[in-house]
Order: sequence, then C-alpha cells, then structure tokens
Amino acid sequence: MADTAEPVAVALDNATVAFRVAGDRVYTAVERASLSVAHGEFVAIVGPTGCGKSTLLNVAAGLLKPAAGAVRIFDQPLTGLNRDAGYLFQADALFPWKTAIDNVAIGLEIKGAPRAMALERAQGWLTSVGLGAFGNRYPHMLSGGQRKRVGLAQVLIRDPKILLMDEPFGPLDAQTRQIMGNLLLELWTADRKAVLFVTHDLEEAIALADRVVIMSAGPGARIIGDWKVALPRPRDISEVRMEKQFHELHREIWSVLKDEVMKGYAQSSLAAEAS
Amino acid sequence: MPRLTLLFWQLMVAVVALSLWQFFATVPVFGRMLLPPFFFSTPVDVASQIYKWFATGVIWKHLMITLWESVLAFVIGSVGGVLVGFWFARQPRVAAVFDPYVKMMNALPRVVLAPIFALWLGLGIWSKVALGVTLVFFIVFFNVYQGVKEVSTTVLDNGRMLGMSERQLTRHVYWPSALSWMFSSLHTAVGFAVVGAVVGEYLGSAAGLGYLIQQAEGVFDVGAVFAGMFVLSAFVILIDFGVTLVERRLLVWRPAPVARD
Ligand SMILES: Nc1ncnc2c1ncn2[C@@H]1O[C@H](COP(=O)(O)OP(=O)(O)OP(=O)(O)O)[C@@H](O)[C@H]1O
Ligand SMILES: [Mg+2]
Repeated sequence: MADTAEPVAVALDNATVAFRVAGDRVYTAVERASLSVAHGEFVAIVGPTGCGKSTLLNVAAGLLKPAAGAVRIFDQPLTGLNRDAGYLFQADALFPWKTAIDNVAIGLEIKGAPRAMALERAQGWLTSVGLGAFGNRYPHMLSGGQRKRVGLAQVLIRDPKILLMDEPFGPLDAQTRQIMGNLLLELWTADRKAVLFVTHDLEEAIALADRVVIMSAGPGARIIGDWKVALPRPRDISEVRMEKQFHELHREIWSVLKDEVMKGYAQSSLAAEAS
Repeated sequence: MPRLTLLFWQLMVAVVALSLWQFFATVPVFGRMLLPPFFFSTPVDVASQIYKWFATGVIWKHLMITLWESVLAFVIGSVGGVLVGFWFARQPRVAAVFDPYVKMMNALPRVVLAPIFALWLGLGIWSKVALGVTLVFFIVFFNVYQGVKEVSTTVLDNGRMLGMSERQLTRHVYWPSALSWMFSSLHTAVGFAVVGAVVGEYLGSAAGLGYLIQQAEGVFDVGAVFAGMFVLSAFVILIDFGVTLVERRLLVWRPAPVARD
C-alpha cells in the first residue's frame, strides 16, 4: 500500500499487543495488525469501541511494546519512545498546574528555547486554534473542547514529523468539529505531516483522510479494510459530505464496519455481564 | 446564606452558649448550682483573665514561644517530609526496604516520645520542636509520597512524548503534583505542629501556652485553664487563616482544594 517514492513514516508489521488482566489471564487486544503511513499521508483509523485503536497509537508512540511484530519509524526499528511523533491523547493530558499558554510553551522550553520566545510562539499557536484570549486560564477553567485545542497547540508547537491523534474532536459539538477539522486540514496542508488519526466517526474519517483503515472488534482485533479516499483537496469538511463519491465510499465502508460495531457492542456487553 | 446573616448566626451561637454558661454558673436552679464555678469557672472570669494576660503583657512571651516552636516544627517537619516522600516515591526499592519501619514509627503514639525528647534535648524549645516534627513529618511525607505516586499516567506520558527528560519530568510533573498534595495536608500539618508544641510544653517546660495551662491546672484555677484554651484556639484559627491565604495564592490552578489528612 505504501508509496515506494515516499519514505514510510510509521509502519506496524504484524503487531500483536497483549495485556495481563486479573492475575495470569492475558487479553490479546490487537493481533497481527499491519499498517503503514507514508510521509505526508493522512490516515484515519475507525473501529468499534474497545477494539484497540488507542493501543495501536500507543504502539506507534513507543509507549507500549508489542508482544510480537515490528514497528518501524522512517524505516528505523523503534526502540524506546518515538521522538518524531507528537501525540494528542484521548484522555486529558494537559498539565493542570500550568496555564494554557504555559502548557503550549513547555514543548519549546524543554528544548531550551528562551522563555520569551517560547511564550510568543505559544501565543501564536493559541491564536491559531482560536484560543488567543484564553492563555492565562488553567485547564480546569476550559471546556473539554477548549482543552483539546490547547492540547493540539501543545503538540503542534514542537513541529513533529508524525502526528498521532486519538479522537481529538471527541468532546466537541458538530459545528466546532467542522471548524476544527478544517483548521486541522489547513495546518496539515501548509506543512504535510504524517497523520494517524483515530475517530469513531466514519464521516469525519472520510472527510479528512487520504486513507481510511477499519479495525475489527476485539479481542485479537486486526485491520480488516483499507480504503483510499480519492476526494480532491483542498477539501471543506461540510461541503465534501455532499459529494456523490463521498456517499458511495461511506456506504461501502459502513457495510463492513457495521458488522464489527455490532460484534464489538455484543462483546463488551457480554464482558460486562461476565464481570 | 448572605455573609452578614451567616456571621450573625455564628455570633448568636457564641452569645447563647456563653450566656447559658454564665447563667448556670451564677444563678442557682432549684437551689442548686448546675455549673459550680469552682469546676466550670464563668465566662466573665475567663474573659477577665484573658484581659489581664494581655493588659499586663505576660501572655506575649508565652505566645511567641509557642508560635516559634510551632513554626520550627512545621518547617523542619515539612521539608523533611517533602524530601523523604519524594525520594521514596522515586526510588521504590528504598521505599520497600523502609516501609515496615515507617509504618511502625507512624503507628507509635507520639506523646510517649515527649519524655525522651526532654531527656535528649532538655526542657527548652527543641524538645517541643522535635515532638512537633515527628507529627508533621509523617503527614507531609505520606501526602507527598502519594502525590508523586498518583500522577496521572496520561499526563506523565504526555510529558515524555513532549520530550521531557527525567529531570524535567521531576520539575514539571512530579514536583507540582507532590506540592499540591502537600498543600492539601497543610492545615492538618499546621494543626499538628501546634499540638506538638503545646503538648510538649504541657509535659515539661518553663514557658508557652501549654505551660500556662499546666500551671493553672496545678492550682485548680479553672478560669485560667479555660482562658488558656481560648487563647490557644484563637491562635490556631489565626494561623489557619494565614495558611488559607498562602494556599489560595499557590494553588490557583486547582478547581477546589480537596482536604486530605
Ligand atoms: N492496560 C490495559 N490492561 C488491560 N486491558 C487493556 C489495557 N488497555 C487497554 N485494554 C483493553 O484493550 C482493548 C483495546 O483498548 P483501547 O483503549 O485501545 O480501545 P479503543 O479502540 O481506543 O477504544 P475507544 O474507542 O473506546 O477509545 C480494550 O478491550 C481494553 O479493555
Ligand atoms: Mg481509545
């Protein structure tokens, strides 16, 4: 699938991830999943809840070591943390004791940038995510969506070559999702990074990505589908949804995804009953 | 409730309680004094005792001594608690080795140490400071230890992904988290610093509020005992108020401080 011309930014090769649960039992969350993201490519992962999307991102970030399989970052085997990646976590990850602007500036400060310069750049990033006036607020004074946006600025200010995003627009309302989606596309077009974007919203995935990857329900989740999105760029999130091609692709992917979503749901309610 | 109304009712509680006390201590009910002044004194006597202490100025010396002992106990105990708590949390092996001893020492009622401290450090302020330190240290220690241990793993991972070294993680993640837990235990710690000082004085000294109360008890001067208790309470409330001010400045980033002890 990967373009031979472009270097492969992230390559998971038959990655298997197992967790130890309750004593000696082992839960294999992801089994032999293979996935690659070319340099400058925008890949969206969609899958039923609990299938292992965050797990895959953690593997790509180097936070989690797969039990089997290989991870390669720009054709180098990944050992330790992935230094080329910026990671926007699914859960709240801002430093609660730092103001929004300090949260953004920290990425530069720890690299040794002078504070004044770091603050200035941070202010610029806050403005581009629409929070220019919220710099001196602490995370608990921001809404869930505003926190995500600060998180986005925090990651982008370091200018990582690879962007890992775990449901970044999860807590946002539909309108803000579109605004943020367009913003993300705009930023990405200006400076093409490899993006691995997790979402549970298939429409969002198609609207944003170059490729949409579908995961099966766990346990032992694997990648069961990979679609190229040939919609022309630049795209506008709300307009692209009107196109015929969009609908055809959506129907095609959904016919596969639907079964997995039902399976995933059945499994998690079974597990809930068992425990 | 509006502030003024609240204040009014708070004052009313004091007025009613003091009036009842004064009434039953001075007016016989069915030919019997319900609160014999010899055992219960009267609010008026207590107030005049307090007034006398302040008018003559004798109280200041005792207050200053107790304050000084409390401050020293608090500072030494907190610094020790923070350092050791931090060290243990970052070095699980050290913590595992010392764990049973820490638990043993914490389980020990600290009052029994007072005579030993008096023996080692004399009857001056240092034996009281030492007693306070043993109380403050463990509170701060456990909170800081907990604070470092319970840093959100997501926040920690975020720091790592942003490129923080272990030292930077310590400075930007572990340390603020530990401090916030320490501050949530501050009220308790300050309270215990005062307890250590007063109990130490009570058990053997030549000055301080504890000494004053102990002297009064020795001659069955219940009025002076109560007066000492009131001065002590006011003293603790004032210190606590100061702590609240410091806390508000330093913990602006928190939604609402959660008290832990
Ligand atoms: N540390 C862990 N220990 C045990 N099981 C885990 C652990 N982390 C994740 N799992 C399990 O692995 C599976 C995949 O989890 P993951 O968080 O990757 O799901 P997800 O696809 O991101 O779900 P969602 O869309 O709800 O965020 C889940 O069934 C989860 O219960
Ligand atoms: Mg997830």
